[in-house]
Amino acid sequence: MVASLQLHQVGVRYGKQSVLSEITTPLLKGGEVTAVIGPNAAGKSSLFRRIAGLLEGPGQIQVDVGVSGGVCYMPQDTSVNTVLTVYESILLARKQGRDRKVGDEDLEVVDHILSSLRIENIAFKGLCELSGGQRQLVSLAQTLVRDPKILLLDEPTSALDLNRQVEVLTLIRTLARERDICVMLAIHDLNQVMRVADRVLVIDAGTMITCGPVEDVITPDLLRRVYKVDGRIERCSRLCPHVMIDGPATH
Amino acid sequence: MASSSSLSLQTGRGAYRALVNRKKLVLLALVIVLLVSVVADLGIGPARYSMSEVILALIGSPDVSHQMSVVIWDIRMPTALMAVIVGAALSAAGAQMQTILNNPLASPFTLGISAAASFGASLALVFGIGLLPWAIEYVVSLNALIMALAAALFIHFMSQRRGVTVETIVLLGITLVFTFNALLALVQYLASEQALAAVVFWTMGSLTRATWPKVVITSVVLLICLPIFMRRAWGLTALRLGEDKAASFGVNVRWLRLETMLVVSLLAAVPVAFVGTIGFIGIVGPHIARMLIGEDQRYFLPASVLSGAAILSLTSVISKSIVPGTIFPIGIITALVGVPFLFSLIMSNRRRSW
Repeated sequence: MVASLQLHQVGVRYGKQSVLSEITTPLLKGGEVTAVIGPNAAGKSSLFRRIAGLLEGPGQIQVDVGVSGGVCYMPQDTSVNTVLTVYESILLARKQGRDRKVGDEDLEVVDHILSSLRIENIAFKGLCELSGGQRQLVSLAQTLVRDPKILLLDEPTSALDLNRQVEVLTLIRTLARERDICVMLAIHDLNQVMRVADRVLVIDAGTMITCGPVEDVITPDLLRRVYKVDGRIERCSRLCPHVMIDGPATH
Repeated sequence: MASSSSLSLQTGRGAYRALVNRKKLVLLALVIVLLVSVVADLGIGPARYSMSEVILALIGSPDVSHQMSVVIWDIRMPTALMAVIVGAALSAAGAQMQTILNNPLASPFTLGISAAASFGASLALVFGIGLLPWAIEYVVSLNALIMALAAALFIHFMSQRRGVTVETIVLLGITLVFTFNALLALVQYLASEQALAAVVFWTMGSLTRATWPKVVITSVVLLICLPIFMRRAWGLTALRLGEDKAASFGVNVRWLRLETMLVVSLLAAVPVAFVGTIGFIGIVGPHIARMLIGEDQRYFLPASVLSGAAILSLTSVISKSIVPGTIFPIGIITALVGVPFLFSLIMSNRRRSW
């Protein structure tokens, strides 16, 4: 069964203050990657936390994940101060909601995730000893090991070098296709968005600007309106559209 | 994607199994230290017995005199076991407080639970006020227990308010310490000379108050509480990765915190009610366990329990050995022994443990 997610007039409130309102999307299906973009403090993380059930607010979130798996959320903050190794922390994520005994199958799954993200070399390092980028990869591993059907990734590559960004985002896209995972990805790099996403949801100041296919949404007009910059969309040598920034918007 | 078969024994499941075996060995070493300490504790007193004599008495050898058997089993055993159980309970309580509040300073002592217990006990010792008037025999312990539970529940319900962070809870606990210490000072100021001496002695903490019924009650509380924590081992470990991360793993963070705090309250309050204020175990036990074994609760909790039990048992040995024939209050010795030990462990440990 293919997982799906649909938001209808979803919002977030802290007490009486509304920080996000009226987010509505079409049916987001398994196998698709939806990028959530917008300026800092636009409400992207709040939207993810709302979908993950960590925040309350108005609106309807229709989640269909079938019999196995579920909604898995990777928070933006990956800082930790616990005395656990990388391997233990990934196993820990795997074992939540399952029996206490650690079986060969559990360890096999952890080994596989470590290989997929090429972090076997840090498997027995302490979490506190990792760099920001390594912590991000481990956090992603903890999320992927739970066999998600709907995957909410809040800036999963913000601390990674360019090579690792391309590699990780490609892996996410491949996993989405292979396992019919419905991926929502908050990310600032619009070129990466154009490379991996099928759809873009734009949020600014807590409200939805638009939601649609990448090439329809990311336009010079959007750059000027949301990011206050002048820019163009051009194609690279592999014919993939790229954003070329000219500078701050002129009036 | 890369194949998992490329993982070598050093990085994959083989290395994990080796890590687990190392942790089990550490637990075994702690058990041995504890057993040796208990035997030593049973041997030391006005009449000194060797390790082998104590072991013979424990296994009921016919070579052991009736007098020695009475001394070991009826006089020294309740005190020695009380040291083990109280150390285990306070250390487990401290470990879980540090886990749910995500703070290395959290313990029954620093959050005001011990101070509340002291105040409750002082009411009985000075004014004869019993919070449960029908239980005269245990009036001091019951007063201490009720006040300790009240303090723990107060902290818990305050922590449920919107916008209250773990740092706020620790600050709240510190205000409780100051409040109850001030109230205790007031009671001491109003007390007669004899009652004042009793209060001061109670607040120092002493295992000489141990009796078999108290040992049994504290053991039962410990045996009820520990399996509750062990069943939630994965969830409690996940809490240390952060609230959002734990929640994203499907842990009901709010409920787990409530449940753990209630169990911790009981676990912290009962020993304090019976033996008085023993401050240092709740902090030092979990920290030693964390440095030795990490924070996977499946091993961290048993290691905390064993560390706390071993430290208090060793402290009991020391408290009887400093001046032969004199037993110093254990609360004083705990800090004097525990602080340098923890300090040396922190300074020699190159890995970050908090």
